Amino acid sequence: MTLEICQKYAPNKDNLIQILHDVQDAHPQHYISPEAVDVIAEYLGVPANHIYGVLTFYTMYSTSPRGKNIIRLCESPPCYIKGSDNILRKLKVLLGVQTGGTSKDGLFTLELCACLGVCGNAPVMMINEDVYGDLTEEKVEEIIERIRGMK
Amino acid sequence: MKYYRSHILVSINETSIAAGVQGFIQALRSELAKTELSAEINVLETGPLGFFGRGICLTVYPENVNYEAVKVEDIPELVSEHFLKGRPLKRLMLDSIGKFSPNFNYANRIVLRNSGIIDPENIDDYIGAGGYEAWEKALTQMQPAEIVAEVKKSGLRGRGGAGFPAGVKWSFTAPLEAPQKYVVVNADEGEPGTFKDRLIMEGDPHQLLEGIMICARAIGATKAYIYIRGEYKLCISRLELAIKQAKEYGILGTNIFDSGFDLDIMIKIGAGAYVCGEETALIESLEGNRGNPRWKPPFPGVKGLWQAPTVVNNVETLANVPFIIAKGADEYMKYGTPECTGTKVYTILGDVAHPGLCEVDMGTTLRTIINDYAGGMKKGFRFKAALVGGAAGVILPDRMLDVKMDFSSLNQYAAVLGSGAILVMNEHQSIVDMLWSILRFFRHESCGKCAPCKNGTQQLYKLITKIKKGEGTMEDVDLMQTIAETMLHTSFCALGQSPIMAIRSAIENFRDEFIDITKK
Repeated sequence: MTLEICQKYAPNKDNLIQILHDVQDAHPQHYISPEAVDVIAEYLGVPANHIYGVLTFYTMYSTSPRGKNIIRLCESPPCYIKGSDNILRKLKVLLGVQTGGTSKDGLFTLELCACLGVCGNAPVMMINEDVYGDLTEEKVEEIIERIRGMK
Repeated sequence: MKYYRSHILVSINETSIAAGVQGFIQALRSELAKTELSAEINVLETGPLGFFGRGICLTVYPENVNYEAVKVEDIPELVSEHFLKGRPLKRLMLDSIGKFSPNFNYANRIVLRNSGIIDPENIDDYIGAGGYEAWEKALTQMQPAEIVAEVKKSGLRGRGGAGFPAGVKWSFTAPLEAPQKYVVVNADEGEPGTFKDRLIMEGDPHQLLEGIMICARAIGATKAYIYIRGEYKLCISRLELAIKQAKEYGILGTNIFDSGFDLDIMIKIGAGAYVCGEETALIESLEGNRGNPRWKPPFPGVKGLWQAPTVVNNVETLANVPFIIAKGADEYMKYGTPECTGTKVYTILGDVAHPGLCEVDMGTTLRTIINDYAGGMKKGFRFKAALVGGAAGVILPDRMLDVKMDFSSLNQYAAVLGSGAILVMNEHQSIVDMLWSILRFFRHESCGKCAPCKNGTQQLYKLITKIKKGEGTMEDVDLMQTIAETMLHTSFCALGQSPIMAIRSAIENFRDEFIDITKK
């Protein structure tokens, strides 16, 4: 599986970032496992420690298993002054997790992130690929309920 | 070409996609068909419209009416009122029209001249608006040295932050003999509150490509990379499409216009690191490494990507280039001030009446931008401060509202201009709180390469947290400034050199607030 993804790209180190994105996206738990690191290391001919270095440097990657849906709430100044703290509190209660945690049903992982560049609609979060803006506590509850209903 | 009575411009962006704009457009088209208006009314999918409305936003030309938060259920009423009876639907209109229309906000536009007007996913629209004329001119009628000279003469300065003259940058790389040179586009826009580059790319991706092409020709590069944030999904797909279309038209590829010049443009996606906006860190990331900055010199212009000469330019900088080449440096210099030519794109956020996007002459005052382009303060709020330039920016009080926004007038604050973010705060918001949020950001984003930044950002966060809780003293406040100043002098790259900007401007301009909170 990992090898197949790697083979879409030439075995050059500069493709590492893209390969890591693809491998992570393809994993049902949205993370990069130690086994995957070994496969990528061998394919690219770079030491595994280099890959760990890259993996842990960028915030979009994870080395531990995550939920089906990844919530990334912006905590940068424009969202912060529009009350992203209240949204975070609400999400924690709704999901029963702390920041970085995964809900018991495995549906959600709650993360914080830096500016998503959608500040015109602050406060903002992304769930997987989708952006949700102008968040209020009621709106967040609605969104979470809707996704729960979709499983 | 078909002529229409009216055009409905629908903004396709992150917000409207989330609000289901695709289904909306289908419903709108079928309603127009049902009412037999399809031949008279055109529906055009386009980029940013110049205002940040909620949900799905529309602008109708030539009436110049703006609607926001339009829903599928509203379509029958909208079509029957506005397009059959000719009465704009007041209920959904933005409360103020005319002066705050997109036309006005882009009054002096260069970079955004096509944004919200053409379909960014159709190369013919761009060509119809005069697109790729500059590229043809640069390739078939101008020598590389002439292109560099023209850009140098125009006075175009980098719009990424530091404001280094673009033509001068190019002139370092152009004469170098090398088997391979590169153009790298810095589209890793991560400064909090900044998203002008996203809107430039979403609204007019071909213009950026044209700028890249001209730059590549000028310095003799045959490969270009656009390094873009992984979060900017819409930009990525639009740029991919634009590159594909340009290749199909023979505007990009091998032996372009029979000139013997080859160029390939590739997109590389980032993975979430603010520091990658620093040009050498960006190059490290492109090579598949951690985004740690490199020692300078040698500068990327001499030894950049894979040690080859590389020009790294910001999106907005390159988007200015087609205009300069097509119309000439003299025409470009009519915009802005003598020291700072051209226009600047700003995103205005916070407690203003009309948060939005505008492109104004360099040197326009902050007061004008807020009052004329953003409609002043939101009703019931008073201006307290503006955070200009994002986290690496400065907090300006009302007595500095008349400062001219250009690289030379902002002087000690010059570096903040590039990002183009203006975040307006009202009188109820706390400067200490804002500074806390900024320093939390820096603590998270420090890459850890050099000790002054790695340790400094931690200490600054600890101190501001203590102050915010009311447990700090004025010594702590002054210590923050000392630490940040030390970081300014000793940090490896611009990231560690930046916190001083916000800290100094906050303490200098709002010292009373720090005194109050430390007394508690």
